Amino acid sequence: MDQSDAGHTHGAPRPDQDDTITYYRAMEIAVRELLIDKGILTAGDVRRQVESMDARGPRGGAAMVARAWLDPSFKQRMLEDGSAAAREIGLEIGPLKLIVVENTPEVHNVIVCTLCSCYPRMLLGLPPDWYKSRNYRSRTVREPRAVLAEFGTEIPAEMRICVHDSTADMRYLVLPMRPQGTEHLTEAELIDLVTRDSMIGVAIIGC
Amino acid sequence: MTSADDVRFRPGDRVRVRLAYPVGHVRTPYYVRGKHGLVERICGRFPNPEELAYARSGLPVLPLYRVRFLQRELWPDYAGHPADVLVAEIYQHWLEAGDDLQ
Amino acid sequence: MTIPDPPRSHHDMGGLPAAAVVPAEHDYAIWEKRVDALLMLLSNRDQPLVSTDELRRNIESLGSEAYERMTYYERWIFAIAQTLIQRGVLTVDELGRKIDEVSARAAT
Repeated sequence: MDQSDAGHTHGAPRPDQDDTITYYRAMEIAVRELLIDKGILTAGDVRRQVESMDARGPRGGAAMVARAWLDPSFKQRMLEDGSAAAREIGLEIGPLKLIVVENTPEVHNVIVCTLCSCYPRMLLGLPPDWYKSRNYRSRTVREPRAVLAEFGTEIPAEMRICVHDSTADMRYLVLPMRPQGTEHLTEAELIDLVTRDSMIGVAIIGC
Repeated sequence: MTSADDVRFRPGDRVRVRLAYPVGHVRTPYYVRGKHGLVERICGRFPNPEELAYARSGLPVLPLYRVRFLQRELWPDYAGHPADVLVAEIYQHWLEAGDDLQ
Repeated sequence: MTIPDPPRSHHDMGGLPAAAVVPAEHDYAIWEKRVDALLMLLSNRDQPLVSTDELRRNIESLGSEAYERMTYYERWIFAIAQTLIQRGVLTVDELGRKIDEVSARAAT
């Protein structure tokens, strides 16, 4: 049986379910209340952490990409030490150990975590359901071209694909190729062009 | 057995992932076990996740490598470019020196 | 190892056959964001009470049926609770009673 690929639902986002209680939702409330009662956390801690993750979308990653497109020496530093480069441009990444992999005309990169769903959250926000799905995690390592085609991304047969399985402590960001015709754009406009999916490697910007 | 501190492999070394099937938490995927690859880089040294998973310290830290595999050597039916690769992070204790190339 | 078909954990799925990827995503429900927040708060502190590794190991210990039936954050909250029990931060009894109390509250 084909297990649901997007958590519980296919297609449209499901409505917030705070008006119904399930066993695991009750567990979340119970664990949180017990931890607060024991003085381990406060309600404010939880709220602030939720807000902090809510505010985190892919702009951190996009900022790194845009800067690399504009500044070749930054790009070099970023490819050597992704975490240091992120901090260099003022991004708050916590303990993230980042490796940035560069798309070229010869090589296309794509990221997956087959064992769970490791993802550079501090740069891209929370991962999409499909990244965490059985189908993506199982097949990307074995038939990357077919999986990319399911995103509408065609990689020519003469290009090579490099799949990165995020199995341990490192996290990955793809540096997409800068699209043609963007020479006149400002850094802010370049940041707006960079999509989350291009930094995971399932999409190419402008295609 | 070498000390866990020793960094045994360098970029370019041919290695083989041990064919082992332990019970418990490991971060070496099933599909690379027994396969040959090339060390692409040393990521650093980190506490052992197999121990951290049981609330133990995971110390001493262990070397972690990015190892590059040819896709056509991982999958018998691989249909992509013959030079397509997969890179995974593997802890040192899962690696042994690779066989001589045939 | 020469034993044929050594056991493979259910989560270790790289290379296994599966269906087409549906590039769908949902906006996270508030409770899911709170689960995520709990893991961050419990693991990124001076004296961590849960590690990502314990989270993963507890998720991996779910049987294949539960693993597939449960959603991503259901697996997380289960694993967070298990870890806190394993660590002695919570007891089985107090968690059970609190879940019961929360459920009863929700029903009123």
